[in-house]
Formats: sequence, structure tokens, C-alpha cells
Amino acid sequence: MIIKTFQKSGILFSLFFLLMLSCGQQTQETKKEGVIQKPKTDASQISLMGAGATFPHPLYSKMFDEYHNQFKVKINYQAIGSGGGIKQLIEKTVDFGGTDAPMKEEDIKKAGAEIVHIPICMGAVVLTYNLEGNPELKLSPEVIADIFLGKIKKWDDKKIKELNPSVKLPSKEIVVVHRSDGSGTTYIFSDYLAKISEEWKSKVGAGTSLKWPCGLGAKGNPGVAGLIKQTPNSIGYVELIYALSNNMTYAIVKNKAGKDIKPTMESVTKSANITIPEDTKVSLTNTEAEEGYPISGLTWLIVYKEQKYGNRDKAVATEMTKMFLWMIKDGQKYCEPLHYAPLSEETAKKAEKIITSLTYNGEKILP
Amino acid sequence: MISDRIFRYFLYCSAIIVVLLLVSIFITLLNDSMLSIRHFGIGFVTSKEWDPVKNDLGSFPFLIGTLLTSFLALAITMPFSLGIAIFLGEFYREGFVSTFLKTVIELLAGVPSVIYGFWGLFILVPIIREFQVKFHVTPYGVGIFTSSVILAIMIIPYSASIIREVITLVPNDIKEAAYSLGATQYEVIRYIVIPNSLSGIFAGFLLSLGRALGETMAVTMVIGNSNFIPTSIFSPANTMASVIANEFTEATTDLYLSSLIQIALILFIVTMIINMIGKFVIRKLGYSDKSKKKMK
Repeated sequence: MIIKTFQKSGILFSLFFLLMLSCGQQTQETKKEGVIQKPKTDASQISLMGAGATFPHPLYSKMFDEYHNQFKVKINYQAIGSGGGIKQLIEKTVDFGGTDAPMKEEDIKKAGAEIVHIPICMGAVVLTYNLEGNPELKLSPEVIADIFLGKIKKWDDKKIKELNPSVKLPSKEIVVVHRSDGSGTTYIFSDYLAKISEEWKSKVGAGTSLKWPCGLGAKGNPGVAGLIKQTPNSIGYVELIYALSNNMTYAIVKNKAGKDIKPTMESVTKSANITIPEDTKVSLTNTEAEEGYPISGLTWLIVYKEQKYGNRDKAVATEMTKMFLWMIKDGQKYCEPLHYAPLSEETAKKAEKIITSLTYNGEKILP
Repeated sequence: MISDRIFRYFLYCSAIIVVLLLVSIFITLLNDSMLSIRHFGIGFVTSKEWDPVKNDLGSFPFLIGTLLTSFLALAITMPFSLGIAIFLGEFYREGFVSTFLKTVIELLAGVPSVIYGFWGLFILVPIIREFQVKFHVTPYGVGIFTSSVILAIMIIPYSASIIREVITLVPNDIKEAAYSLGATQYEVIRYIVIPNSLSGIFAGFLLSLGRALGETMAVTMVIGNSNFIPTSIFSPANTMASVIANEFTEATTDLYLSSLIQIALILFIVTMIINMIGKFVIRKLGYSDKSKKKMK
């Protein structure tokens, strides 16, 4: 009996080691999968790996799913955050990355090769609040900055009253809620605040995580929304798609042209009605666009311009380029049902130019 | 016997693997935080600033947050877990009530921490907010006190079950001797059971403290995540584990990432120090138990 159990445990032990060994091999293989491909011509055997921003993840999954149905190319996108996406692209463990903020020069330097940004869709950040009676508030850039700097402390402050003469505002303290986790949403919002307020720029600045002058932090869009819903007299910011799909009240914001703009998919797309630079690495907060919502932003896919690196196969590069082109053309129709704002015409044109400029061994991939 | 030998190797391997794991975790943390250690030096531990935009980073507020929430949680949990342990170890050792209660405690230990977090956010936070309105504190609801209460509930099962085990180990003959001298049940517990299992009780608290120090999800959801040194037990704060979980994914610069890893290293060392102090105290208590017995 006892000997048998010993034998069993011996077998178990060796099995355990085998398992560990095989696990090790597996991870190595998956790591290489995206980059090193054996020559394949059939699209159905090609699989692409991507990683990055969480904000466009629902849209990307829908697009990639549809693309797989139509063209049989498997695409795997992991929403691990913009920072992770950039890192994995630099390490060449993925075919493409996703990011909400343009890559920094020092990161591109680290990659050692030219990286291009392909805009896919647009998003916006809205200010949501919990006030008795759910009134629709109008806010000006100055007021928003002062609230988040902790300078406007009460709801019935003169500055808020002036903008909303018809709303009955309580004489209660404002509870500011912000994201506690690093996120592209915070980046867009702080980028906006840094543009409209000198004080914010020098004191806080723009980034995915900040040194917040005041307020409570909550994790993710659901965390912020949850805290606002149950804290009377609170204000915070969430992504537009999140506010739309959860029927939350959000503020109308005065844009640079002085117009009060309600955040909608349309007004977000309109915020890109400016001259877009050739590389599309542009911040869309506080733009000159007359009808545009001022706290908007693009989200990009990032790839190497020269696709021949490592043992990369031309077929993979070609399929990926085709997919990018589909995403900014036919794929755009999946934006609105999911509450994402589609690219403006000019941005889409610039994106196409970038996609067609991708090369393999110095030659253009698409004619 | 070959199987005998294999079994012995297996045991050796398991033992060595545990040590290797701990050592390699420590080395990884130390290695990856080198950049931040070189850049900030010892000032990292004492600096109150946490400004990722300007790369001006320091871990003091998080260290305070972690220690405050954990020890406050321990203080809240102490009477309850001791009570449960005595109830199960002395009053209802067997039978339906005991089995039922034990199952409930085991289930409590098995509830995922994110569930505790949600429960805290939606049930406990409003209750505490009501309290704060009555006491004229800014009614945030979330903060150090709220997370300590959640932590206290989370660690009760650990301390309670260990203490119960220890209490049942107290030899019956001593207790019976006390009863025969006319001691009441309270007196037996007070003068026989608790002094005899003091080191075990302390060990139970220590284990649960270790869990409170490292708890992440539930705390993140109810602590308010504000990177300042707390001014009162109701103010929002942040803990080391929570700031790592929050900011790791989007930490883009090397120095920022390295600083987060250094916070992990500090948490590791803090846990180690507290454990070592605990072990020391347990040993002291254990000796005093024996010496008392000798004197008797």
C-alpha cells in the first residue's frame, strides 16, 4: 500500500515537472508566434497579435471578429493598457500596438526603427455629476479647471451660478472624483486642462496618472461612475461611450470658439475639423473647430513602418496592412452602434496615406 | 527502495522550491527597482510627493496608508475573532451550531476580495457616509476607516480558525482542575485558556495582519485612492498594494515603473519585518508560558 502511494507520488512528481517544462515551451512559442511566421500564403492560416489600449477594446473586438468572418484572418488583441502596448511593440512581441496617447520620442528611440500611428476612431471624456434633480449643467473651461484644482469648493459658487442661472444649485461641498488607475481617459482630460489653465499646466500637468490636487480616486470607468452615483454633490469624468451606455447625466462644455457643445458622437467627430498633420499625432483637446466638443481624442494603432524585421513573412505584413485599410474604411460602420465616434473625412484620408506608406524590404506593401 | 528515495527527493524539492521562490522574488524586485533606488536614494521612503508627471516620486503616504489600515483592521478584528474562537473552542465544540458556524467562517474566507470590495462600496460606504454627516466630517464615505472595516471582516476567518485550534489544544486536565477548585467558566477562560494559548492567539493575529498588509482589490475600491498623508481616520488615503495595482498598467516611463516595483520591494520588506517581530514575540510568549508552568 505505502509503496504504491510512494510510486504514485513519484509519477505525479515527474508529471508535474513535465508540465512545467511544457508550459515553458508554450510561452516561448506564443511569444514568437506573432513575429516569426513560416512562409504562408493562405490568409486563413495567418494570425496577428496586437496589444494595448483598453478604451477602444470593444470596438476592436467587434471589428476583428467581423474581419475574421469575412477574410479568415485571425486577430488577437489584448487590452493591457497603452503603456503595455507600446512596450510590447518595442520588444517586437506583437504585430501591432494600440495607444490613446501618441508615443513619446524617447520610446520611439528605444524601438530603433520608425513607428507610424494609424488613427482608428475617436473618443471623448465627459463630466458627469450627481446633483439633486439631475439638472443639465453648462461648464466653462475655467470653471472645470478650478473645480479640479480644488479652488471652487461649493456648488453655489458665483462662477457656476453665472453659467447656469436657471439651475438651483445647493450650497454643498463639491466632491471631486477622478480615476485612480493610470488611463488614457485621464491623459485626454489632463491634456485638456493643461491647455486651458496655466495653473494646471504648472502644478499638475498632463499624464496617464497625476498628482491630483484634491478629490477621491476610483478604479476604472465603472468605479468612477459608481462612486459618483452614490455620492451626493460629486463630479467626475468618464469616457463618453461609458456615459452613453449607462444613461448618465453629463455637462455641456464651452469650446474654444465660445460655443456650448453637448458631447455627442457627431460633435466629437467635428472636433477633428482642423488641419490634421501628416503623421496624425495630434491632440484633439480644445481645438479651433467651431462645432467640436473640446475634450476629444484619437486612438491609434502603432506599427513599424518597415515591416521586414526578424523573420517576418511578407504575407503577414500584407494581410495586416489590408486589415488596417479595412478598419479605416468599411470597418468604420461599426463605430457608431458601439458609441465610438468615427474618424472625420480628413483624418481618414491621412490615415490611408500612412497605411499605404508601409513598406516591406523597402517596397510599398500596397500599390 | 526506489520509491522511497523518489518520495524523499520530492519532499526536498518542494522545500527548496519554496525558498527559491521567495529568494528569486526578492532578487527580481531588488533588480528591477535598482533604477529608482539609484535615482531617489533613501529619500524615496520618506518623500511625501507622488507626482508621476514630473517623475517626482516617494512612497511615504502609501507606507502610512498600509500600516494604518492594517493595524486598525487588526484592532477591530481582535475582539470578534477572539470571541468567535472562544465560542467555538469552549462553548460549542461539537454539534450543529459548531459545524454551521465553522462552515460560515470557511465560506467567509473563500469569498473573493473583489466581492468584499463591491459590497463595501455599495453597502458599507453609504452607511459610513451617514455617520460622517452626523459627525460633521466631510461625507466622503470612502477612506481609511471604511477600508479597515472591510479588511477586519476579511481577516476574521484566518485569526478565528487558528485561535480556535489553539484553544482546543489547551489540556483538559488543567481546565478540569480549575473547575474542581470552583472556578466559573469565565474564570477558566480568563485565567487558564487564554494565558495557555497566548502565543497561538498572537500567531493567529499575525497571520491575519499579513493578509491585511497585502490586500489589494477590496482596499482599492473603498479607500479613496488619494496620494496624500491622511489627516484623520476618515480621510481618503492609499496603500502600497493599491497604488501598484492602480498605476502599473499605464506606467510608461522606466523610472516610474521602477518606482512602483520599489514600492513592492518596500511592502515585501515591511511584511518581513512585521513577521520577524511577530515570531520574536511569539517565542517570548511561548517561553513565558513554559516558565510559568515550571513555576507551578
